[in-house]
Amino acid sequence: MATIGQIATRPLRAERHGERSFASIAFLVALWLALAFAVLCLVTLLVTSFVDGVQRLDSNLFTQYSSQVRPETGGARAAIWGTLWVIGLTAVLAIPLGIAAAVYLEEFADPTRWYNRLVEVNLQNLAAVPAIVYGMLTAGLALTIGLRRGVVLAGGIALALLILPVIIITTREALRAVPAEIRQGSLALGATRLKTVWKQSLPSAVPGVATGTILALSRALGEAAPLLLLGAVVFVRFDPDGLMSGFTTMPVQIFNWAGQPQVEFRELAAAAIIVLLGMLLLMNAVAIVIRNRYQRRW
Amino acid sequence: MTSTETTTAPTTRTPAGGGGALADNGARPRVVAQDDNSRYLPDMPIPVIECEGVDIYYGGFRAVHDVSMVYGQNEITAMIGPSGCGKSTVLRCLNRMNDLIPGARVAGRISYRGQDMYGSDVDPIEVRRRIGMVFQKPNPFPKSIYDNIAYGPRVTGMKVESMDDLVEQALRGAALWDEVKDKLKQSAYGLSGGQQQRLCIARTIAVRPEVILMDEPCSALDPIATARIEDLMEDLRKDFTIIIVTHNMQQAARVADRTAFFTAQAAEGTGDRTGQLVEFDLTTKIFSNPADKRTEDYISGRFG
Amino acid sequence: MVALAGASLLSVAVTVGIVLALLLPALSFFREVSLTEFLFGTRWTPRFTGQESYGVLPLITGTAWTTVIGLLVAIPFGLGAAVYLAEYAPWRVRKVLKPVLEVLAGVPSVVYGFFALTFVAPFVLNDLLGLDVGTFSVLSAGIVLGIMIIPTVASLSEDAMSAVPDSLRQGSLALGANKMRTTLRVVFPAAISGIAASIVLALSRAVGETMIVALAAGTQARMVGSPTEFGQTMTGFIAQTATGESTPGTLSYNTLFAVGLLLFVITFVINLISIRLVRKFREAY
Repeated sequence: MATIGQIATRPLRAERHGERSFASIAFLVALWLALAFAVLCLVTLLVTSFVDGVQRLDSNLFTQYSSQVRPETGGARAAIWGTLWVIGLTAVLAIPLGIAAAVYLEEFADPTRWYNRLVEVNLQNLAAVPAIVYGMLTAGLALTIGLRRGVVLAGGIALALLILPVIIITTREALRAVPAEIRQGSLALGATRLKTVWKQSLPSAVPGVATGTILALSRALGEAAPLLLLGAVVFVRFDPDGLMSGFTTMPVQIFNWAGQPQVEFRELAAAAIIVLLGMLLLMNAVAIVIRNRYQRRW
Repeated sequence: MTSTETTTAPTTRTPAGGGGALADNGARPRVVAQDDNSRYLPDMPIPVIECEGVDIYYGGFRAVHDVSMVYGQNEITAMIGPSGCGKSTVLRCLNRMNDLIPGARVAGRISYRGQDMYGSDVDPIEVRRRIGMVFQKPNPFPKSIYDNIAYGPRVTGMKVESMDDLVEQALRGAALWDEVKDKLKQSAYGLSGGQQQRLCIARTIAVRPEVILMDEPCSALDPIATARIEDLMEDLRKDFTIIIVTHNMQQAARVADRTAFFTAQAAEGTGDRTGQLVEFDLTTKIFSNPADKRTEDYISGRFG
Repeated sequence: MVALAGASLLSVAVTVGIVLALLLPALSFFREVSLTEFLFGTRWTPRFTGQESYGVLPLITGTAWTTVIGLLVAIPFGLGAAVYLAEYAPWRVRKVLKPVLEVLAGVPSVVYGFFALTFVAPFVLNDLLGLDVGTFSVLSAGIVLGIMIIPTVASLSEDAMSAVPDSLRQGSLALGANKMRTTLRVVFPAAISGIAASIVLALSRAVGETMIVALAAGTQARMVGSPTEFGQTMTGFIAQTATGESTPGTLSYNTLFAVGLLLFVITFVINLISIRLVRKFREAY
């Protein structure tokens, strides 16, 4: 029988089960490779798009319309304007609705009621419905109310419906982060609940709401699938001038150019991708600035 | 080394004061002190772990300064002192759990059976296998009672002839067997707090460590559960060396053979409080006739 | 107050709207094509005038291939990244790498589609790996689809693992388990419902993703037998038909919605599973 003394004289090394065993090191290397792969993909994607598109990143890209016959001088002018129109409309539709719904669910709704629980589950589900289905919904809606499908209004509605669940969810999280004392303090002074929300909770939650909203809008900015269902016209040769105007957007334009066989169109697509990624970067930068500048810690 | 694996966890209770485990080592101790429980203690502990001039840093902050003490084989050593005195910090360095805190650093020497525990060829995993730890809050894994016990032997690659036997021995060793033998496959989360803590002790002894560190093991438990753990410690010391941190002086007085009193001293200039060892002696001495005024103030309740 | 409640009820109205918008045209479709032919037919040629056939199985095989390939890419790489970030990464590394994943998640899918078409298929698969694939293949679409959903798997799984209390890790390490075993045998099982939810959500995204498959998988529906073949997915068919001329009320238009309804039902079921799993993981601690 071994005594304690014998056990203890063994050196403090653990060959097979230690931190420096082969399996442990192989495991860590595998984890590293997984991350390296993700980083490598991102870098490759950015670099290839840049290399393909950089020579077409000229003034024509911004000032010319897309041309079926002369891709080498065509541009994304209509798509850029279309994007601005549609995303602007999406913001106007989705932000107030999203915030209103979030305020109701977070501040007023009784979570034990079945209908409020239904709304909860429904929201989580809507957030994961494929984007293209929102296009089909909007197409059906347009048909029912007699709206032409391929117009800015329809595009804005489709994208607003798409990002509504995202805005509601992020706004609720921002409201939830506002400490209860702020609310109770206001209520104790005799303010109504609505007033408390309007004057206290919402202003405190603005940074969180703004960040979430901008990120939701940037998702809408890159989305093409629902707009395809609305028959967003691709070779648009005019700037949209109203809600009932035909339009195309950057992602739709890129989709169309990428699918053309001629190499000139591919270069054009790559150049447009650079512009699109630039727009996204700008929005994300704004979100980060807001988050950093106004983020409060309670 | 298979022979170490067949050593059984304690299943029977020998009368206190037998000193049987010590006799294995051939160094039958001279009786120098007899406390209330009639324990026989050598005047010098047989060192299992030794601290020599230990400083512990978190980044640039020195949390503990100049600790030198010995933890004796088959003894219960208690570390007491006011909060922030560094007693838990010292405990966590004794099995390198402190490595997990970024920026933590140990200066001086901590040795285990003469080997530098922080030597470059030492694997902290092996240190922790031989020096187990029981935490302040019971932390059973979200697994069955059986799997909680079997986990350690499995992941440390112990050669086990019968896992069922080993689980039973460990649970008996932690005085939990009779309460859980019919529900081994149920989740450990169904147990009471005191049972969970004894499960954690059983889990620790299942890997057959030599030393068990206990970080305020009863602070989350009610008095009855606490009494059971204290009884258990009395049994465990026959096979293990136990080091306990406690904020409860009575607990130290009840269970410990030797007691170390720590206090926190404000460093000049910075105002950072650094823990240091004030006095280390037999528990009976610390509580009846302390050498240092600060110890006396603390145990008599004038400070802390 | 009523207005606020109305806004939240809108979300229910949207769901009802989706169901109606898909169901009504789909019902007209099923008046002309039997459900059996639709679900079990193996030829999908709705636009071959004179020999129209409405068996949706080819589209399902296309979706199945791209989804499975996508998950085969996303699960190991996503989980690897999540485990590294949650358990191993020093604070500084984490601070750099998490935004990288966020950027990866923020890249529009049409950009991924372009990447699949112009880089992965011709360069990586053909030149680098020497595979005999054409411009279109479910392989290139699936791989890029997988890359796109890596962040979905990674960030949700990382949340789930980070939510595992540190006391469990310490308990395991104090027994002499190394970090790998602690991660694989304590943290991973404790976070399993959250991890499963991340995979299910990734599955739902893979099934519903449109732009990548529309650009890279192919434009012709057929029973796909191997990953190097081209094929069309459900979403790919919808995108392709929608960009062509389709007049409301025609069979061709209704076909679109029949496929859309099938897609919605499939993703709906997947989402419900995912919601359940997430709830279970929230209850655990």
